Amino acid sequence: MSNTAPPAAATAPILKEDVMVLNMGPQHPSTHGVLRVILKLDGEKIVDLDCDIGYLHRGIEKIAENRSYTGAAPYMDRLDYIAAVSNNLAYVGAVEKLAGVQVPPKAQHVRVILTELTRIASHLLWLGTHAMDIGALTVFLYCFREREDILNILEMTTGARLTTNAFRVGGLAADIPDGFVEKTRAFCDLIGGRIDEYEGLLSANRIWLSRTRGIGVINAGDAVAIGLSGPSLRGSGVKWDLRKAQPYEAYSKFEFDIPTGANGDTYDRYLVRLEEMRQAKRIILQALDGMPEGDFRAKVPRVLKPPAGEVYHSIEAPKGELGFYLVSDGSANPYRVRIKGPSFFNLQAMRRLCIGHFVADVVAIIGTLDIVLGEIDR
Amino acid sequence: MLELFKPYTEELVKIVILLALISLAIAYLTWLERKVIGHIQSRLGPMRVGWHGLLQPIADGIKFIIKEDIIPAKADRFGFILAPLLAFIPAFIVFALIPFDGPQAFTVGGKTYSGYVADVDIALLFVMAITSICVLGLIVGGWASNSKYPLLGALRSVAQLVSYEIPMGLSVMGVVLMAGSLSLVRIVQAQERLGWWFFLPQLVGFVIYFICGVAETNRNPFDLPEAEAELVGGYHTEYSGFRFALFFLAEYANMITISAVAATLFLGGWLMPFPSLLAPYLSWVPGIVWFSLKVFAFLFLYLWFRGTFPRYRFDQLMGIMWKILLPVAIANILVTAGVMLYLNR
Repeated sequence: MSNTAPPAAATAPILKEDVMVLNMGPQHPSTHGVLRVILKLDGEKIVDLDCDIGYLHRGIEKIAENRSYTGAAPYMDRLDYIAAVSNNLAYVGAVEKLAGVQVPPKAQHVRVILTELTRIASHLLWLGTHAMDIGALTVFLYCFREREDILNILEMTTGARLTTNAFRVGGLAADIPDGFVEKTRAFCDLIGGRIDEYEGLLSANRIWLSRTRGIGVINAGDAVAIGLSGPSLRGSGVKWDLRKAQPYEAYSKFEFDIPTGANGDTYDRYLVRLEEMRQAKRIILQALDGMPEGDFRAKVPRVLKPPAGEVYHSIEAPKGELGFYLVSDGSANPYRVRIKGPSFFNLQAMRRLCIGHFVADVVAIIGTLDIVLGEIDR
Repeated sequence: MLELFKPYTEELVKIVILLALISLAIAYLTWLERKVIGHIQSRLGPMRVGWHGLLQPIADGIKFIIKEDIIPAKADRFGFILAPLLAFIPAFIVFALIPFDGPQAFTVGGKTYSGYVADVDIALLFVMAITSICVLGLIVGGWASNSKYPLLGALRSVAQLVSYEIPMGLSVMGVVLMAGSLSLVRIVQAQERLGWWFFLPQLVGFVIYFICGVAETNRNPFDLPEAEAELVGGYHTEYSGFRFALFFLAEYANMITISAVAATLFLGGWLMPFPSLLAPYLSWVPGIVWFSLKVFAFLFLYLWFRGTFPRYRFDQLMGIMWKILLPVAIANILVTAGVMLYLNR
């Protein structure tokens, strides 16, 4: 690079310098599951890193080939188990697209409400664990307190809290229960103030700022090239949200903003996710207000045999674009199910974001990418 | 043999009482921490063992003792066994010098006894020297574990604790200048004479001392050596059972030490607050109560920090220390010395 480089003898180190290889995970408190990160360290600085995945591989895509279209749906909850409802929506939506099923408006509204609630739940869990990784323990427990309310709503609607299997091909499993609207409304009234509370603890905190600003910066071009999606992409300033770009369900009826960041660092992604929670609340309230009357499920044959063909359907899951590519050979089982999970693509940015930072930043960056290993390993 | 100890009966009795009281205080500090942080985090904390979990520290102690004592096969046995003791013992020694109460604290059988074990001329220096020995325990422990995470944790703690000794030492110099003595008892007496506790004229030194104190004890937001999120357990990752408990207790003992020294240097030790106002009503309250209240206030601050703050990154921590605390501490000494010179002209 420079013409005035000193002779080789002068630069030869007197002490032998070596990089230390540190194995982080798969059993580690902050790799958010069974991610194994092999770090090459120079002191505490990261020279190189490699992500080793596959510890949670269950072969969900292959399992789905041996189940009927409806029978495979519950397995999809086990992808991003933090936002099971979103997985279910994407899969069911793909099957409906393949079979040409029209979903009644009421079911669409309930689907939007439940997936937006799940988005809030997923972001709450992200915020809690992210803050905990950076040392703010209290936020974690506050977030779980509010997440509990969402899980209660999911439980009264679907009967389960985590792997909900919320929807059916053609609509919902059952009509919304009594008290659903009131309970959801009460939650919406509550959550706005609670998000302000988290912001009060973190947003202007000097330590939080110094730990997140300028950490894991990625510009818009690189973010698109790597294939980031969701808040990780929007944090870099790319206004891309599938709910607006190619609206599914009833999203075209609702008004909401797409928050974007400017610097593409950890702090911007944090702000984007917080704002997304507020927007999700806005969508839920609109969906509750405009709740149509009518059927909650379309007429769908008991054994679903979609015509031969292929379809790709993707939704804006809390973590990014979640897509299902289904190939049908006309039988009752799908010929091929290919899952495009956002976490897998977001993880690709790890190496690029981490190099040059410190060990302490690795956990912040894993947190900011908001990965879930159930979806990466499938 | 017994004849040899006869002249030191008073000290020996005090040491035994002190050991018991401090151990109890440490045990209940862990309980208090879990309760306070629990309530900050909208939880209850321990509730099952005893009334509101009051027996929890005892249950924990029993658990630590009966746990299997594991020494990793590749560890350096000598260092591994030595390290917890190196951290634990100095943490207790310091209490011999803390004045819990004044020279005429209580009367037993017509004889007056003081509220401390020893009053040494170089007490403050001795306290700072002994507390630095604790660092050795962390280094030795991290090194002897022969494992990467403890090593990183130990490296961090060495760098952190050694650096924070410097502004800490400088921050108390202002107090020493004002009191004209290194004896902790005489520092308190100087505050009594002055009528002001030193935290007001030495506000800068006070703040720096407490920040450094939090860093010295590896507590939030400076708890990097044991940052669970990154380093699993830091220097004590490989420790379990009672050896881990010793590290743990040393940390809490150090918290109490730092708080006690802060209370002595800056908050007037055993002195009553607002004596002109409160003395007619509260003169019967023993000094040790005032002292304990002040220590408790500091300890509560520690717990409050832990419930509120995120954690600094290693380089940022060092930046604060070298770029902010150290220059400010030096400036504080210069200003104090100048003012003292002017006043004593």
